Amino acid sequence: MFLQMNEVAKRFADHEVFSGINVSIEKNQFVSILGPSGCGKSTLLSMVAGLEDVTEGTLRLGGEKILHPGTDRGMVFQQPALFPWLTVKDNVTFPLKADHSKREKEQIAANYLKMVHLTRFKDAYPHELSGGMQQRVAIARALAMDPKVLLMDEPFGALDEQTRHILHDELMKIFEETKKTILFVTHSIQEAIKLSDRVIVMGTRPGKIIADFPIDIARPRERDDTKVIEMEKKIMELLEDEIKKVMKEELDYETKHLG
Amino acid sequence: MKPSIWVKRIAFIIVLLAIWQGVYMSGYFPAIQFPPPTKVFQALVEGFADGTLVGALLASFKHLLIGLALAITLGTLIGVLLGKSRQADETAGMYLIAMQSIPSIVWVPLAIMLIGLNETAVIFVVVLGGTFVMALNVRTAIHSVPPEFIKAARTMGAKGLPLFFKVEVPASLPYYMSGIRLAWAFSWRALMAGELLSNGPGLGYSLRFAMDFAQMELVIGIIIIVGVIGSVVDQLVFSKLEKKVMRRWGLLK
Ligand SMILES: Nc1ncnc2c1ncn2[C@@H]1O[C@H](COP(=O)(O)OP(=O)(O)OP(=O)(O)O)[C@@H](O)[C@H]1O
Ligand SMILES: [Mg+2]
Repeated sequence: MFLQMNEVAKRFADHEVFSGINVSIEKNQFVSILGPSGCGKSTLLSMVAGLEDVTEGTLRLGGEKILHPGTDRGMVFQQPALFPWLTVKDNVTFPLKADHSKREKEQIAANYLKMVHLTRFKDAYPHELSGGMQQRVAIARALAMDPKVLLMDEPFGALDEQTRHILHDELMKIFEETKKTILFVTHSIQEAIKLSDRVIVMGTRPGKIIADFPIDIARPRERDDTKVIEMEKKIMELLEDEIKKVMKEELDYETKHLG
Repeated sequence: MKPSIWVKRIAFIIVLLAIWQGVYMSGYFPAIQFPPPTKVFQALVEGFADGTLVGALLASFKHLLIGLALAITLGTLIGVLLGKSRQADETAGMYLIAMQSIPSIVWVPLAIMLIGLNETAVIFVVVLGGTFVMALNVRTAIHSVPPEFIKAARTMGAKGLPLFFKVEVPASLPYYMSGIRLAWAFSWRALMAGELLSNGPGLGYSLRFAMDFAQMELVIGIIIIVGVIGSVVDQLVFSKLEKKVMRRWGLLK
């Protein structure tokens, strides 16, 4: 398997976020992770990125243990986190090593900026772009270092509905063109079903994987496709139980401590 | 800026000068204590013509440039140390704030006793005046680097010194520029305090000299020069630089 999570657990001090996470992801798969807020989706993704330590278990990419961040894993966050002192082009070439010649860098930037349709803005500064455009630059920047895996943590969460749909289509095109393996965290069931080959649903308290569905529906997927609607219902029910559990726990806590 | 704003500002100065002239003509103060605007203007023209004020200004700028350069360098080093090392910050951060709160004129007797009545003592006071505020601002600058920049850079393979120089330094530049602007303002005040009690040359020294010889028109003239330089340098150099950086960094529309 390409990306392997083996009995992975994460604890902060005495607070256990999740444990016993076992996932195997094949090359060129688009995998979404869904789950209630606080179940540890971002934490898990950061661990794959190498930004967070693994408390227990092992993460492997292409057979090699993940211990540090590395250019074999690109990450896109909810906030674009572009460097405001660099032009769009220089942001995209930021991850490229010094052993690339200037011309090579220009070429790579041009290539990925074309992929996200921002060629025209290569000399602009990030603050001159809209939120959606900034997020596209962030995607181009992550792709520029040619990672094996693209990690995306609610990359479209801060965007409006229309922009999000446009970026969904762009991401699908990029996925087909670049044949990357994508691990995508989202809150949105529709988004997960629309984009993914596979949806992993996480539960909380304690954090764990409660379901793992393949999505065998031909792309492009329409929202009113009966198969899509069926899948949505199935996942919705699973998540509702989880969210109810969280709310009940929080309510119990309040009544006990304030009651 | 709109022209109407300048019209208002110039009108304000004219009114002020008229009141000044009016008080003078009323004869309430003796002329030696309260010269008219024209006499102050005349004193300034003469001072510049015979070169005394030019020499004083050049000396002051020399003290300031040396002192400010040292203050910025020292302040940056201390600020980076406190910003990057939690240990250092917990140990010395509090004292830095205490030092910063000491008015720079307080350092003058210490400087004179330590170094003597000379220009080095003046520069020493200027350095003390600027260093602490610079260090505090650099510390804040480093603490305010958005953590998402660092995370993003780390996922792109940056770490250690390259991460510091390629991300943390440019990310903290807006606060760093505010630090330089404040260091300049504090150093300028410290310079006047130091020179006032020094043996010259310098603008502050000329001011005390004018007082000792009861030349009120020159005292007022030099105060005006000090005020004009302070605000012009701030507006034309430091505020402009700071705003330029802020705009580029997207912090100002
Ligand atoms: N640095 C940290 N120190 C302590 N606890 C943390 C830290 N980071 C995250 N946590 C905790 O870990 C849990 C999971 O957080 P995480 O951000 O991974 O959740 P999430 O599933 O991404 O939530 P959301 O959908 O709201 O983004 C939360 O309870 C959070 O409080
Ligand atoms: Mg999250």
